Amino acid sequence: MTSFRNGAVRVGLILIPAALLLSACSTDPQNVFDARSDFTQMIADLFWQIIWAAIVVFVLVQGALIYAIIRYRRRANQGLPPQVHGNTPLEIAWTIAPALVLAWIAVPTVQTIFRTYEVPTGPDVLTIEVIGRQFWWEYRYPGNNVVTATDLHVPVGRRVVLRITSDNVIHSYWVPKLAAKRDAIPGHVNTLWFTAKETGVYEGQCAEFCGLQHANMRLRVFVQEPAEFEQWLRRNAQPAPEPTTPEAQRGAQLVLQGTCAGCHAINGTNARGRVGPDLTHFASRSTIGGGILPNTPENLDRWLENPQAIKPGNLMNVVVTNPQERQAIIAYLQTLR
Amino acid sequence: MTVNVGQLGQAVAVRPTGIWSWVTTVDHKRIGILYGVTAFIFFLIGGIEALLIRLQLFVPGATLLTPDQYNQLFTMHGTTMIFLAVMPLNAAFLNYFVPLMIGARDVAFPRLNAFSYWCFLFGGILMNLSFFIGGAPDFGWFGYAPLTDRQFSPELRADFWAMGLQVLGVASLAAAFNFIVTIINMRAPGMTLMRMPPFVWMQFVTQWLLALALPPIAVALILLTFDRHFSTNFYLAQWGGDPILWQHLFWIFGHPEVYILILPAFGMISDILPTFARKPLFGYTFVVYSGIAIGFLGFIVWAHHMFATGMGPVADSAFAIATMLIAIPTGVKIFNWIGTLWMGQTVYKTPALFAVAFIAMFIIGGLSGVMHASPPADLQQTDSYFIVAHFHYVLFGGAIFGIMAGAYYWLPKVTGRLLDERLGKIHFWLMLIGFNLSFFPMHFVGLNGMPRRTYTYPAGFGWELMNQLETIGAFIIAISFLFFIYNVIKSVRSGEPAGANPWGAGTLEWSLPSPPPVYNFATVPVVRSLYPLWGGPNDSRLSSTQPAAAPADVHVHLPKPSYWPIVTAFGLTLAAAGIIFGYVLTGIGVLVLLASIYSWALEPAS
Repeated sequence: MTSFRNGAVRVGLILIPAALLLSACSTDPQNVFDARSDFTQMIADLFWQIIWAAIVVFVLVQGALIYAIIRYRRRANQGLPPQVHGNTPLEIAWTIAPALVLAWIAVPTVQTIFRTYEVPTGPDVLTIEVIGRQFWWEYRYPGNNVVTATDLHVPVGRRVVLRITSDNVIHSYWVPKLAAKRDAIPGHVNTLWFTAKETGVYEGQCAEFCGLQHANMRLRVFVQEPAEFEQWLRRNAQPAPEPTTPEAQRGAQLVLQGTCAGCHAINGTNARGRVGPDLTHFASRSTIGGGILPNTPENLDRWLENPQAIKPGNLMNVVVTNPQERQAIIAYLQTLR
Repeated sequence: MTVNVGQLGQAVAVRPTGIWSWVTTVDHKRIGILYGVTAFIFFLIGGIEALLIRLQLFVPGATLLTPDQYNQLFTMHGTTMIFLAVMPLNAAFLNYFVPLMIGARDVAFPRLNAFSYWCFLFGGILMNLSFFIGGAPDFGWFGYAPLTDRQFSPELRADFWAMGLQVLGVASLAAAFNFIVTIINMRAPGMTLMRMPPFVWMQFVTQWLLALALPPIAVALILLTFDRHFSTNFYLAQWGGDPILWQHLFWIFGHPEVYILILPAFGMISDILPTFARKPLFGYTFVVYSGIAIGFLGFIVWAHHMFATGMGPVADSAFAIATMLIAIPTGVKIFNWIGTLWMGQTVYKTPALFAVAFIAMFIIGGLSGVMHASPPADLQQTDSYFIVAHFHYVLFGGAIFGIMAGAYYWLPKVTGRLLDERLGKIHFWLMLIGFNLSFFPMHFVGLNGMPRRTYTYPAGFGWELMNQLETIGAFIIAISFLFFIYNVIKSVRSGEPAGANPWGAGTLEWSLPSPPPVYNFATVPVVRSLYPLWGGPNDSRLSSTQPAAAPADVHVHLPKPSYWPIVTAFGLTLAAAGIIFGYVLTGIGVLVLLASIYSWALEPAS
């Protein structure tokens, strides 16, 4: 029994840090240790320092406990053990020891706290407004007339400041590899800043429970080369292109004169609704439904047929029952590049 | 009634029976049993909710539950486990054992004690009624405004939640005042504060925390009720309110609440370890003072639940350092428990197994707690499964393991019969394995970016395997509890008689026969040390002779059974339910409440 316990302990003591390291090396889409920006790198460095302190304490204390359990268990009737009531120097020592370990963690923690709140300013900083909705994210690029949803585009190597708020319930903006997490709170504007180190697509989602479809409030960050980003920004600042094919024109008529325009805005048309996502450059987005479905005509068809069946509780209650009308709307939406 | 023990010993031994005697009981031991049984049933309900949650998360994109059902289940799982399981399970030990451990015949206010229990039962029922009327609360146990405001939660769910919590709060407040007075005033001669068993001490600190922490949440819930029913705007930003107000009020209650849940377990462990190690608790005074320190610090760290709300660097730093400070008294406790085992001769009966597992699991929960104390790191951890892992190591690995240690240790005193050691050990190993399989992978899946409180998750994020292990672990935990239930039933029916002191323990409750007589102590004992039953020729660890409690010819003053506590609690609950079902009911409830308080006050005490 003893050898089994010793073995189990040894395996446990090796396995736990090993598994931790393994999970840290993972390149899974939302791994918090796979830092791809200065902001998340700063957090990861601090976090590792804390984790190593924790592992050392864990091994020492758990080791002492297990040693005491094995070594000092009752074997035979030996009479009573020494009736020790305590030891004041020992008590003082093990009060000071954790205090020192905590000081070791507290100093870099406080330094990092102040760095996280040092919001960069200057002409080079790209500021983007982030608004939490039920259940999707809206982005506004001030001064550029660009309003988009779910997909955030930023240039690589440039300071980005997100000004995060909400006009409904509390959400939390979380991109584990780029920006960590900040709450979106009605009546408050929180900031989060980062400089992406490399191009790519980064996954994230809402982290604060915000209602029925909190689980399906996803987002993506597209980190692009500066030139590519500028091009994206210029194109998205343009009004929506006019539809040219007859089917798309019919679709435009359905969207702009129907109920769609009550909730959605399309720049350059009379659609000015602010309840749902801005559709001006809808076709250039990678997903629909707040990041849960790839933006394909088939998925769009399913969505328009019954959005509540795909994401029950979202605010889109309009159902387009006529398949031909759906096709026309899809044809129009696909022209919104 | 006045009982002459010398002449009426026989009559007293015959306990009143029948349902009516339980409804009207004011005996702290019976109230303790009622608390224990009721809370355990709620614990099973909360466990079933957890199993459904875990089944839904077994695979990505599962459709076993609708999003609405899932959100109700995780909300009620949290609410149930905290308010209807762990708190009242602790209250069961509090009610049954504190008077026995301090050498008292009952609590200071026996009828108030009964009132506490009935409020707890009715509040729990009111909350769970929501499952059958319009759906259960679906906004998390923390109920963040404005999601709970009428605009975003137009149904009755938030009203069930707010009113249920208010009634439960009254139950805890009444108990808190009752036991603060009991512990201060009703200790046996010679039982100085520093001779109180650690369990009594930790419960004493807990009752203070309850008395001070419950008013803020009562205020928060009143403001919410005003927002919902009378068009105020306390939490609505667009009308000048602020949702962050809710978070401050809630966590000023919610963080001390964590210690309300865990401190009693600290006390249990501190009583159980010395018994099985056969030596006194190492550093008793340090254990007591660290418990008090934890109680104080518990009130100045609430905002560490809010690091992601962006409070600014100064607030973040202050709350980070305050939070880290809590690790010091907690560490002191852990070292003292290890120090108690050190050089001891620990006999690993089931209670001792649960007690040492408690320490091992609590170390893990404590270390991940220190990680959350660092706000930048917390920006990655909060609202991920890493947090879920952390607080389950504290509240399940800690509180529930502690409560199970306490149950195996003290149930023989309650029932008079021992539990089966073999079944107990099967329960222990299954629960330990299931617990770690269920909650340890949550650390990894959380650091891998899985958010909590989501009814489903996409495939391909590296979350599947961990979720499957967690679900399997949850079912192993569930199976382990079947062994516990079977063990208790078997023990009550045909367990070996326990005798007065089966473990050779040193504290006062073990000087009484098992189960103790209605009047507890025929002669009020005189206490001269922390372990009155240890040391000297009659040391219970050395011989099986029981300290004789010879009934002297004394008059034992016992309070009379009363039905006013249950009527008063019913009136209060009715008044609260009126907010949900219509204000007429509130009127009737208030009338019942006033009439019963009047009758209660004028009822002869004995």
